[in-house]
Amino acid sequence: MMSLDISADNGTMTIGEKLGQISWSLIFLITLVASIGFAMLYSAANGNIDPWASRQMMRFGVGLAMMIVIALVDIRVWMKLSYPLYGIVLVLLIGVDLFGNVGKGAQRWIDLGFVQLQPSEMMKVTLVMVLARYFHGATLEDTGRIPFLFVPLALVVAPVGLVLAQPNLGTSLMLILASGSMFFLSGVRLWKFGLVIGAVLIAVPLSWQFLLHDYQRDRVETFLDPDSDPLGTGYHITQSKIAFGSGGLTGKGFLQGTQSHLNFLPEKQTDFIFTMLAEEFGLVGGLVFLFLYCLLLLYGFVIASRCRHQYGRLLVLGLTVNLFLYLFINVAMIMGLIPVVGVPLPLISYGGTATLAVMVGFGLILSAHVHRDVRMSRRGLGDL
Amino acid sequence: MSAFDRDAERQRMLSRRTLVLGGLKGAAVSALVARLYYLQIVESDRYTTLAEDNRISLRLIAPPRGQILDRFGVPLAVNEQNFSVVLVSERAGDVQQILDEVGRLVPLTEADERRIQRDIQRSRVFTPITLKENLTWDQVSAVEVNLPDLPGVSIDVGQVRSYPFGEALAHVLGYVGAPNEKDVQGVSDPLLSLPGFRIGKGGVERQFDQALRGTAGNRQLEVNAVGRVIRELSRENGQPGRQTVLTLDAKLQHYMHQRLSAEESGAAVVIDVNTGGVQGLCSTPSFDPNQFAMGIGYDAYQALLNDERTPLINKAIAGQYPPGSTFKMMTALAALESGIVNAEHRVFCSGHMELGSHRFHCWRRGGHGTMDMVGALMHSCDVYFYDLAQRIGMDRIADMARRFGLGSRVGLELPGERPGLIPDPQWKRTTLKKPWHPGETLIASMGQGYVLSTPLQLAVMTARLASGRAVQPHLAKSIEGEFQEQTEWPLIGVKPENLATVLKGMNGVSNVPGGTGYKSRITVPGMELAGKSGSAQVRRISMAERSSGVRKNEDLPWRERDHALFVAYAPVHAPKYACAVFVEHGGSGGATAAPIARDILLECQMLDAARHSVAQQPQAAAPAGSMGQGTPSTTVPVSGNE
Repeated sequence: MMSLDISADNGTMTIGEKLGQISWSLIFLITLVASIGFAMLYSAANGNIDPWASRQMMRFGVGLAMMIVIALVDIRVWMKLSYPLYGIVLVLLIGVDLFGNVGKGAQRWIDLGFVQLQPSEMMKVTLVMVLARYFHGATLEDTGRIPFLFVPLALVVAPVGLVLAQPNLGTSLMLILASGSMFFLSGVRLWKFGLVIGAVLIAVPLSWQFLLHDYQRDRVETFLDPDSDPLGTGYHITQSKIAFGSGGLTGKGFLQGTQSHLNFLPEKQTDFIFTMLAEEFGLVGGLVFLFLYCLLLLYGFVIASRCRHQYGRLLVLGLTVNLFLYLFINVAMIMGLIPVVGVPLPLISYGGTATLAVMVGFGLILSAHVHRDVRMSRRGLGDL
Repeated sequence: MSAFDRDAERQRMLSRRTLVLGGLKGAAVSALVARLYYLQIVESDRYTTLAEDNRISLRLIAPPRGQILDRFGVPLAVNEQNFSVVLVSERAGDVQQILDEVGRLVPLTEADERRIQRDIQRSRVFTPITLKENLTWDQVSAVEVNLPDLPGVSIDVGQVRSYPFGEALAHVLGYVGAPNEKDVQGVSDPLLSLPGFRIGKGGVERQFDQALRGTAGNRQLEVNAVGRVIRELSRENGQPGRQTVLTLDAKLQHYMHQRLSAEESGAAVVIDVNTGGVQGLCSTPSFDPNQFAMGIGYDAYQALLNDERTPLINKAIAGQYPPGSTFKMMTALAALESGIVNAEHRVFCSGHMELGSHRFHCWRRGGHGTMDMVGALMHSCDVYFYDLAQRIGMDRIADMARRFGLGSRVGLELPGERPGLIPDPQWKRTTLKKPWHPGETLIASMGQGYVLSTPLQLAVMTARLASGRAVQPHLAKSIEGEFQEQTEWPLIGVKPENLATVLKGMNGVSNVPGGTGYKSRITVPGMELAGKSGSAQVRRISMAERSSGVRKNEDLPWRERDHALFVAYAPVHAPKYACAVFVEHGGSGGATAAPIARDILLECQMLDAARHSVAQQPQAAAPAGSMGQGTPSTTVPVSGNE
């Protein structure tokens, strides 16, 4: 009977209707933010479209197409695929740990020949999907029961462990924080968080001693005292701060950033691209950029609030948290607020998988928006 | 609770917690904005400065060192181009292949190749590496011709100090070298830290180093993180070193060096009697300052250092020797000025004189017979001066000697000048803690014993005798825009008739048959010299030796022979040049030093005469040339029919 109810106003939308439902303003906003990225990549290459801007534009084009395709697919299909996709990515993660290429002191990639796959980035999406799927049918009574939480905890711990083993501190952190938000949004009691945080506080000194790699320890130590090692790890942050500060209110002008163009700024096309933006366009440019990014986040909140099914709400909010974490960790890191963790700024930083993962995420958000009114059973899978 | 209620409850929880989460995000973004504000507004100035420090590299531009010229503008110390072949390894492609090819044009030793490889390892790929310095012209052109086939290779032009007169001026000019720790200490001139920068290490180069050095210019360069120069932002040229003109006459100097080199070791000084300008000052044996400017090897330096003839020491100013009989003018003048004796004072010389239990000998064993003052100077009779000394006492002699520039540094602008010594009873009491013996006055009266002087001091003494003025010797004629020599000197304050008596004695030495310098007189009319010989004993002659016959200088080892000295001025009727010649262990002053002094003084005057006649010709032509032009301010062109 219930399945009948669902079928009453489910996926009867034609492709044309769905296209009409897509939030084109969000896509415009995404394109706008990405275009700022192209401009910065153009500047990073000293006013050349190659090698970065051109390839980034290509990827963005592919990503845009993927995003729209994903948006048109019924949200219930994605819900149904949550577990399988999670499983596939988890297997890929195990794969990189076993066979992945070594890059930047971390095993992260699977080289498929035509593209280098970064499963940890994909996991950021699928973990949100699978948790949204799990909590979709959970009542507050369910979430109140501790045994009920064992499964999602296992779903989180498995990828986090694998990513930590790569070792990739930044992504592990993001996975934990995003999952934590999902638990929080699903109504898990605060004292349980307190318990976990307490356990972490005990575990941190132990893992410092036994789990963290030397370079990770260095990064934390350098963060605590960046001047102790001005030409080592701290050099990057010091130079980044100089770039910010010398940008001043209005910046040095497009293509005029000295810190970036004279190579004092490391990795300016990836992790430190916002530094470059702030150097060339100053506080004004930095604030405009942050505002646009916050608008993206706001879209997430609005879409979530208009969603009539728990899966969609949790999915959108989880993905929004992800986006926020990218932004915050990256920007706080390059401004010297938190230790150096290698997190790119999606849509802006040069790099394939992060951009694609974020655009897949936006595809899902858009799908949740297009299919905001579909009916789903508590158990989840209504038929389509 | 119905399913609907449960759902509603769950959704309220979700909304609440979404708001909480949103609030947290908002707080986090606010923190980012605050940080952005702090970095870009509050700390902006500080970071802007740091960014500029990063970006801009100040490079010093070494100013060219000032030239040193002689009084006629002949260059004595110049900067020469020094060619080296350099390689920028990033442009070379195959470095080894390029090295092999360069090696065919410019021989590279194995040590060179090792050093080059090491330098390449240590330097950035865009830093030029010196392959070989001091190329010959042939090598430079060989490399130049092949440059198209040698990517990354270029010829670098540096500057090296060059001394065209080499050894002849080594002691006066000194040389340049890299600053050592002592030079750098407490000095703020940034040039000193510039690699390859050279400072004056001796002589005029050191004395006038500040003027010759100039001030540093600088270039503001934009550099990237690895130090590669992107572009030049600004350039501020420094002040080139000032041109320094010396009172020297290079031709005379060259001649003096040649002439003096006939002897093993010695020094000679020529001073302009009226101005005090040093016309020539040399010390032999000498060394090649060019070797020092290029960087002298250890062995070569040790050889110079250990040479018994002390080539590194400027004997003209730093050698202190007993002046011997050249000092007798001081004794004579002191006696005349004291009023105790006059020029007619006569003494009988029997070859020796008794004082207390000691017997003081005259250089002429048989004695000179009866002498007056002029005769005593002419024949250099020791006994006569013993008599004077005994009558007037040491203080008068010492006082006169000091007035004529002996016993203290005369203050020539050269580092390392030594003061010599004019002893007196008080000096002996305070320094040696011993009483003065009357016999020591006798010894001092003929420039022996404690008396020490430098050849420069003797030249100054002679110049002051010849001019009657307290002439001050100097080397700097002018330093571009900063200094001009002083040429007017006050009278020395000796009665003219007394001075005339002494000068008459000196004239007798050279121009009257029987004078100790008669054999070395100048026979060219109008150029005659007047002088005084001196032979200074450097060892005691024992009684036993005296009785068994004094050995001749030629029979003694070099180190025990007498020093030969001669002081003179010329021309005798209108003195212009004063000269002092010192030959270390040269034997008799009259025989060894006098001919040198004569040749030098003759050369001075001959050079003058030659220049005078050359100067006559253009002077004759000049009025003819200037006539047609009218006053210099007239700009109207000369018309054709005029």
